[in-house]
Amino acid sequence: MNYDLIVIGGGPAGYVSAIRAAQLGKRVACVEKERAGGTCLNWGCIPTKSLLRNAELFHLMKHREGEFGFGFDNLRYDWSKIIKRSRDVADKNAAGIEHLFKKNKVDYVRGEASLVGPGVVAVKGADGKTQKLEATKILIATGVVSRPLPGLPFNGKAVIGSREAMILEKQPKDIIIIGAGAIGVEFAYFFNAFGTKVTLVEMLPNILPLEDTEVSQTLEKAFVKQGINVLAGTKVVKAEASAQSVRVSVEGKKSETLEAEVCLVAIGVQPLLPAGLSLQLTPRNFIQTTDRYQTSVPEVFAAGDIIGPPLLAHVASYEAIQAVEGMFTNHVPKRINIFPSCTYCQPQVASVGLSERAAKVQGLKYRVGKFPFTASGKARAAGEVDGFVKLLFGERYGELLGAHIIGAEATEMIAELGLALTLEATHEEIEATIHAHPTLSEAVHEATGQAFGAAIHL
Amino acid sequence: MPYVEMPKLSDTMTEGTVVKWRKAVGEPVGIGDVIAEIETDKAVMELEAFDDGTLKEIYVSEGSKARIGEKLALLLAAGESVPRNDGEAVKSGKAGLAAASSSQPTSPPVKVGKASAPISSNRVKASPLAKKIAGAKGVDLGLIRGSGPGGRIVARDVESTAAIPASRPITAIPIIPAGPGDRRILLGGVRKIIAERLLASKTQIPHFYLNIEVDAGELVRLRSQLNEHLEKSGQGKLTFNDFILKAAVAAATKIPRVNASFAGDAVIEYGNIHLSVAVAIEDGLVTPVIRQAQKKSLREISEAVKDLATRARTKKLKPEEYQGGTITVSNLGSYGIDSFSAVINPPQAVILSVGAILKKPVLNAQDQIVPGHRLAIGLSADHRVVDGAIGAQYLAELRTLLENPAALLL
Repeated sequence: MNYDLIVIGGGPAGYVSAIRAAQLGKRVACVEKERAGGTCLNWGCIPTKSLLRNAELFHLMKHREGEFGFGFDNLRYDWSKIIKRSRDVADKNAAGIEHLFKKNKVDYVRGEASLVGPGVVAVKGADGKTQKLEATKILIATGVVSRPLPGLPFNGKAVIGSREAMILEKQPKDIIIIGAGAIGVEFAYFFNAFGTKVTLVEMLPNILPLEDTEVSQTLEKAFVKQGINVLAGTKVVKAEASAQSVRVSVEGKKSETLEAEVCLVAIGVQPLLPAGLSLQLTPRNFIQTTDRYQTSVPEVFAAGDIIGPPLLAHVASYEAIQAVEGMFTNHVPKRINIFPSCTYCQPQVASVGLSERAAKVQGLKYRVGKFPFTASGKARAAGEVDGFVKLLFGERYGELLGAHIIGAEATEMIAELGLALTLEATHEEIEATIHAHPTLSEAVHEATGQAFGAAIHL
Repeated sequence: MPYVEMPKLSDTMTEGTVVKWRKAVGEPVGIGDVIAEIETDKAVMELEAFDDGTLKEIYVSEGSKARIGEKLALLLAAGESVPRNDGEAVKSGKAGLAAASSSQPTSPPVKVGKASAPISSNRVKASPLAKKIAGAKGVDLGLIRGSGPGGRIVARDVESTAAIPASRPITAIPIIPAGPGDRRILLGGVRKIIAERLLASKTQIPHFYLNIEVDAGELVRLRSQLNEHLEKSGQGKLTFNDFILKAAVAAATKIPRVNASFAGDAVIEYGNIHLSVAVAIEDGLVTPVIRQAQKKSLREISEAVKDLATRARTKKLKPEEYQGGTITVSNLGSYGIDSFSAVINPPQAVILSVGAILKKPVLNAQDQIVPGHRLAIGLSADHRVVDGAIGAQYLAELRTLLENPAALLL
């Protein structure tokens, strides 16, 4: 059997590239060692959104019943059902991918792949048998796994990664979360909403350190108000674990030793390289690729998390399509340029384009437009007045440079600004666009007006 | 198809000159007959007929130019008449010439944009930011070809256009117009290509230069010994250049980085060494290519270069014979040049500049002044691909081979 393309990995880069290549009339196999859908669908984006939905609802009912006029005599939740709902969501989605493979005639091969040589992939199945597949081209989309903290290896019980955190059989009484990127922050919100005592430790000065500083600081305030112990600018100096508990010594504004039942290490990820042929790597051990997603071995390509940051599902899928169209059509592949980042705690955080920090570093002349949700009628009606929309515009031409939203539905609102960036819109086009009333999106319109002295509701 | 059109005979060709009509009006023509000689930017090539018939009319006289796809002549088959509608006749043309003439004539990108997006109408597809920048910098959007989806003009298109006038040497260098007594020589195809490619090379490739002087004493001795033998057995003599070419190839197999190209986001090291050899011709210079030179012996290289040079001078090279070289040697020794630094032949990474073998006093191992033979060799390299140390290693290999030339016979 000779394929046009073998894709190694069935996540958002892998399955998307396999399906796209099949749509282009190519014979494609997709090798996956666990289950189609990858981390995103099985152990990341999707199941955690299910958990967070539970958390939002419970948080509302538990902490804001008076405000909304509810009354519960016996408000309860079933932890195992919360976890099961999340797993069911993942299962249904994974089955959906397998269906798409069938529909597009992609051969779905279960097993662990290794690159034997150019054009040859060996797949070791669950039965221990190895089969060899051959293809003209190979795409590596093997992704990444959680990286352990030096000196604190994962033990599956007390020291866990995000994967274990979403299927804990029992709700922990307390948890230390090390690393306040999107994963750490989302789990902090989730566990805290259900009453677990959460300590969130971040080495850098702010949580969500890649986001606009003002956004990070606003989120920190909201988290503290929700009862999360946020230790930003704090370094872990010592950690020891048993099967039952973890002790972590930290140094920050103050030095202390924390103790909890569980420690979630969310400091980052490490690449999951396929065995076999050695490929040229980046300094951080991701696979080095060219603008056409080619690796150092001819006819071997790579896309998704395995080629390095930004490590996002929607970035991976974009790269996958670019890579495949570059392989099989006249399309000149593009590299990621404008992409949104979203974090689904409450209040939500979403951004696209330059942060104010980056604009300063680049020496750009810019102006800022900001609109708080406290001034939005819809936000008041919904009871979601935390947060703001912050937009950056170029001083000279008024073009949108970046957008930063913190607040309810921020992740849904960011799309408009992604489109504006792609189209190179200036403040005039945003202002000329009528935003429906009442919506949270009006805040985008108002923030734009504010930057140019035309806001009505401030 | 009744019309014979100007075919595209090389990658870079946009127009051709009819050098000679081999058939006259009224003469019968068979498929495959040569009807004309066409000079392209690279060579003179024969134009063959794709149909049987009679040459009825000639539209382009000898010495005149025609763009690709332009009608050169009318060739009618028995019983065929002149079509009434030219457009249809061209559309229903046979695959052979139609395909050859499919390429559009190229012109500067700004003008193409103008044609597709007239200034008079307000419907120029441009991003809001692009429009603002154009307004501020006084750039006419109608003159820009957009790089966005569907030819949409985006900010970088306007910025790069606005940047051009400042950096364009063509407008910066004033020309002294030709007056009485001056000669104005229009550029032929070869001259035009040299002008374009070498300007691109010198402005886009960061050149650096290394020079060595090689002891050619052993080379002189070995060559005269071999040639004495070859002459007796009635075979062609070996030139110094043959040895130098062989050595250039052998050294490149040891230092593969010099046999390479800069490719934007990668460096491509080529598996085969396709050796370009600069050959002076009547109105310029061509660089025919010895393919897979690493597999050829000294004798094979010698014969290949002799054949290519002869045909280059009579413009009989086929396009594939002067395209695709990966490294170049330019030798001006026979013109009495001691040493020089050549301009890189893009997209290659290096070029060797070979001077004359000079007899001069040298110091021997005992520090005595004795007569010696010295050969100056220069290396011009693309610094994006080759660093000084790599260039030096390559020249060191070259020196070893030329000072111990017997190894080149193996």
